[in-house]
Amino acid sequence: MIGALHRILALLAAAALGGCATVADPDPRDPLEGMNRGVYRFNDKVDTWVARPVATAYRDYVPGEIRDRVRNFFANIADPMIGVNNVLQGKFEDGFFDLVRFGFNSTFGLLGLHDIASDMGYEKHNEDFGQTFGRWGAGPGPYLVLPFLGSSDLRDGLALPLDYYFDPLGELRPYHLQYGLWGTRVVALRADLLDASRILEEAALDRYIFQRDAYLQRRRSLIYDGQAPREREPESRVNPAPAPDVGNISPGGPS
Amino acid sequence: MMRTAGVIAALAFAALAPARAQDVAPDVLVKSVTLEVVGLIAKDKEIRGGNRAKLIGLINEKVLPHFNFTSMAALAMGQNWNKATPEQKKRITEEFKTLLVRTYASALAAYSDQKLDFRPLRAKPSDTDVTVNVRVIQQGAQPVPIDYSMEKTAAGWKVYDVMVGGVSLVANYRTEFNQMVRESGIEGLIKNLAAKNRALEGADKR
Repeated sequence: MIGALHRILALLAAAALGGCATVADPDPRDPLEGMNRGVYRFNDKVDTWVARPVATAYRDYVPGEIRDRVRNFFANIADPMIGVNNVLQGKFEDGFFDLVRFGFNSTFGLLGLHDIASDMGYEKHNEDFGQTFGRWGAGPGPYLVLPFLGSSDLRDGLALPLDYYFDPLGELRPYHLQYGLWGTRVVALRADLLDASRILEEAALDRYIFQRDAYLQRRRSLIYDGQAPREREPESRVNPAPAPDVGNISPGGPS
Repeated sequence: MMRTAGVIAALAFAALAPARAQDVAPDVLVKSVTLEVVGLIAKDKEIRGGNRAKLIGLINEKVLPHFNFTSMAALAMGQNWNKATPEQKKRITEEFKTLLVRTYASALAAYSDQKLDFRPLRAKPSDTDVTVNVRVIQQGAQPVPIDYSMEKTAAGWKVYDVMVGGVSLVANYRTEFNQMVRESGIEGLIKNLAAKNRALEGADKR
């Protein structure tokens, strides 16, 4: 186990160092592109050889009805912390309804296996500590690709330990049950992303860039709960004068 | 005399057709086209069985006329759009269109009768640039918003960007396009797009 971990770390370090020299003109949002690309390649290998095959088998051999229950179960246990984050962001009503969802789904929904709250019109929300920090005004900082976990940024990376610390599975004993549930959760999550990741692969000219930009856009949208101010750049139609080439960074504010 | 009347009648009809298309409100247009396409796919065994060429044919016929691909290409190119010759612009638009239609086809193929929630349009009648919101409802997950940015043209409302879950498709291509133009010029970008399209076509045939 320790040996394997060492090997992985050595591989990561090599990948990171190997990537360092390659980027001459990095995007201002991604100053660590060289290192990130190294980790990205590593993650891609893990995904190709382990995560994707397991997730594909899960999708192909486990009936859809059961996969729905699994998805609902893990969605349900996450609702209380989503509520807490909504409250931390000052959205008390949303936070209250997250607890209502948890209450209904855990009881009438049979331990969360059925998402009856959604059918009743209490929509599920998407919140985490990274979004809470964003709401409080923290910018994303440099983009990061985390080993195994993939796209992140400095703000979300620093917030992640909090999400894990408060995760309800953390208190679950015995340990083999906890690890078993974690494994199921990861496989189910990856299985739900199979279509999206295939589309990404088809759509992108450079998958690394496409995924990075999608992540940054997505997080910005989530922080604003889908109401992010528009970042349209109509300069190609309105202002034909060549402007300095700085990409599309927006200084200041949560973005 | 008769011939003149015929020409006038033809002109009148030609003028009428776009006027009628223009009358269709953008949210109504999105809803009717979406429901029609989803309905056609649900009925078509071949498409559901994975016939990609037929699905792309369906999109070309039903969806494509409502998109303004020149606007999309211009927005994705950003400042580089004005450095391209008219002929290059045409080729970029054509290749970008092929790629987007294919992406759209993949997204539609992944769709499996989730509930669709067509949101009422929040815009003034005088607006010429609106966002039409559709949401895909799924159990155990936050609804996924699909936002169509649409502009009013002489030929009716046209989509110039699609945002899925807050990710603008056009904006997502901007960095890639920018980088490719910087590295290998506009010709390089066109070559890259064309190569990507050909590779995907090849993968379909296999």
